Amino acid sequence: MRPLILVMFFVVFLPVQVLASGGNLKLDAANIQLDDREAIKRGAKLFVNYCLNCHSASLMRYSRIGQDLEMSNEELGNQLIKTGAKVGDLMRVSIAPQDAKRWFGTAVPDLSVIARARGVDWLYTYLRSFYRDDSRPWGVNNTVFKDVGMPHVLWELQGLQEPIIETHKDAEGNETEVITGFKLIQKGKLDPAEYDATVHDLVTFLAYLSEPSKLQRLALGKWVLLFLAVFFVLVYLLKKEYWRDVH
Amino acid sequence: MFEKITHRLVDLRDWADERFPVMEFWQAHLSKYYAPKNFNFWYYFGSLAMLVLVIQILTGIFLTMNYKPTAGTAFASVEYIMRDVNWGWLIRYMHSTGASFFFVVIYLHMFRALLYGSYRGPRELLWLFGMFLFVLLMAEAFMGYLLPWGQMSFWGAQVIISLFGAIPYIGDDLSLWIRGDYVVADATLNRFFAFHVIAVPLLLIGLVMFHLIALHSVGSNNPDGIEIKKLKDENGVPLDGIPFHPYYTVKDIVGVVAFLMVFATVIFYAPEMGGWFLEKDNFVPADPLKTPEHIAPLWYFTPFYAILRAVPDKFLGVVAMGAAIVMLFLLPWLDRSPVKSIRYRGIWFKSALTVFVVSFIGLAYLGTVPATPVATLFSRVFSILYFAFFLLMPFYSRWDKTKPVPERVTVK
Repeated sequence: MRPLILVMFFVVFLPVQVLASGGNLKLDAANIQLDDREAIKRGAKLFVNYCLNCHSASLMRYSRIGQDLEMSNEELGNQLIKTGAKVGDLMRVSIAPQDAKRWFGTAVPDLSVIARARGVDWLYTYLRSFYRDDSRPWGVNNTVFKDVGMPHVLWELQGLQEPIIETHKDAEGNETEVITGFKLIQKGKLDPAEYDATVHDLVTFLAYLSEPSKLQRLALGKWVLLFLAVFFVLVYLLKKEYWRDVH
Repeated sequence: MFEKITHRLVDLRDWADERFPVMEFWQAHLSKYYAPKNFNFWYYFGSLAMLVLVIQILTGIFLTMNYKPTAGTAFASVEYIMRDVNWGWLIRYMHSTGASFFFVVIYLHMFRALLYGSYRGPRELLWLFGMFLFVLLMAEAFMGYLLPWGQMSFWGAQVIISLFGAIPYIGDDLSLWIRGDYVVADATLNRFFAFHVIAVPLLLIGLVMFHLIALHSVGSNNPDGIEIKKLKDENGVPLDGIPFHPYYTVKDIVGVVAFLMVFATVIFYAPEMGGWFLEKDNFVPADPLKTPEHIAPLWYFTPFYAILRAVPDKFLGVVAMGAAIVMLFLLPWLDRSPVKSIRYRGIWFKSALTVFVVSFIGLAYLGTVPATPVATLFSRVFSILYFAFFLLMPFYSRWDKTKPVPERVTVK
């Protein structure tokens, strides 16, 4: 029966590996460390400065950030709340959907659970992949999200980059243009390594934002498992004791 | 002092017993219900299924307290539970992980029946009750999956309900009647909520009772597939039977704790299970105007979904998918082998079962990937093998060269 157990095991757990490979786009690994509270805090400041003007995070309360990152209400008010909202309020923005439609061509997505919908690697790559494209309304395009409606909000930090285009020929002689990388054409406030680190902070915050309870569940998990492991030994010994008289 | 308390408790029991058959029930189902003493690993999953049912009902009750079943509020109320409700995240993850584990446990429970012929006489009704439970469980899971109102909830329901549209003549009206609207909408969400939290759970609990009454009336099968009731001692106790309580209660608790360790590992460290228990697209609120690139049901439906897609005609596909489940109902009458357990079956049944397992897993995988020509070809081959396992069973199970079955159960 052993092989059958193995087979059933694979039904349940193997597909996890399969799903991980999806899409043909190559994403850079974000390597998010949620236990780096300082990075979450830096990311939160970036978020309220650069994102929370158009994007809402309307499923999240400011006070929850304060609770998780050990910030007082005063600190929250000074550092994160720019709108006159109260600490217990949800992180909403006042941009009207019809305005958004007029300015960006589409409704602005709420970012509360964006890291769970898109994945952190996608966000990390996306925010570093804007390039100059004069044919677009905001003058930029994105390799991860083609013809995206969003302007390059972080451009003052990153500067402006242009794509490096290579022409590939397939077997039938058709030429396709492929973007293989970027080169900086206008310097920003940060050098490329600093910019990557900044985006990393922002994505760390977005990851936290999408599941604040992850901090609690990771912290609690080991105690639950430890309890169950000890309990297992006890119930196993109990079973053994009872079953001694079964022949 | 201690004696006095014990005495009082016994008095209380006797008082109750004169008014309600407490002792009779206890003895019939626990202390004098004799189960074969040779249960192995595969026999944990029945009690585990019951455990998961209880987990789902309890966590479900608490989720209902904060969940709001309208199209405008459902998605946000789930995130409200995840963020603002004390321990809401744990209750929600227990429920979402519990759904997938329910199917893991039930599939293993059903597979046990295949291994040891537990569906064979005199347990045909027991098997049928179990199969109805399986169908109800699928309905329960399907309707529950709409409730978070994410993209996959919405489009999954849209695709599955539209299958009813393939039925000739009444199809369109039928799917309209199920949805209560021309697309999946608020009305659909509301009625699915009603079914998910009241109607189906009531039926599930009722059928579980029937399943258990049938089990305790005919007695459990065992890995040797022989009837322990044939050989009894002078008191009418089966020679190979042991009282369910305390022997199997203490043994099942070991299984329960082992199960909870796996369950807790997923809840605390991988509640999304890489997108298999909670799909990425379901973190995007339902949008009737934006179809996701790739719509696939959750993993536990994919074998049947793959059979559906393997058939070129939509209506016949629906029929094939239904037939795939009906086949399982017929097992007691398809199997003509003189023995029940795989231990004493011959090479034919063993090979057929292996082919079936491979096909089932193959279909489960193929149901998750886009329908490319190669995938469709494989789906067709596996679908044919799936049906062949059942339809040819009357022949190969009879021709099989079986081994002699022992009188008494064997304990390894």
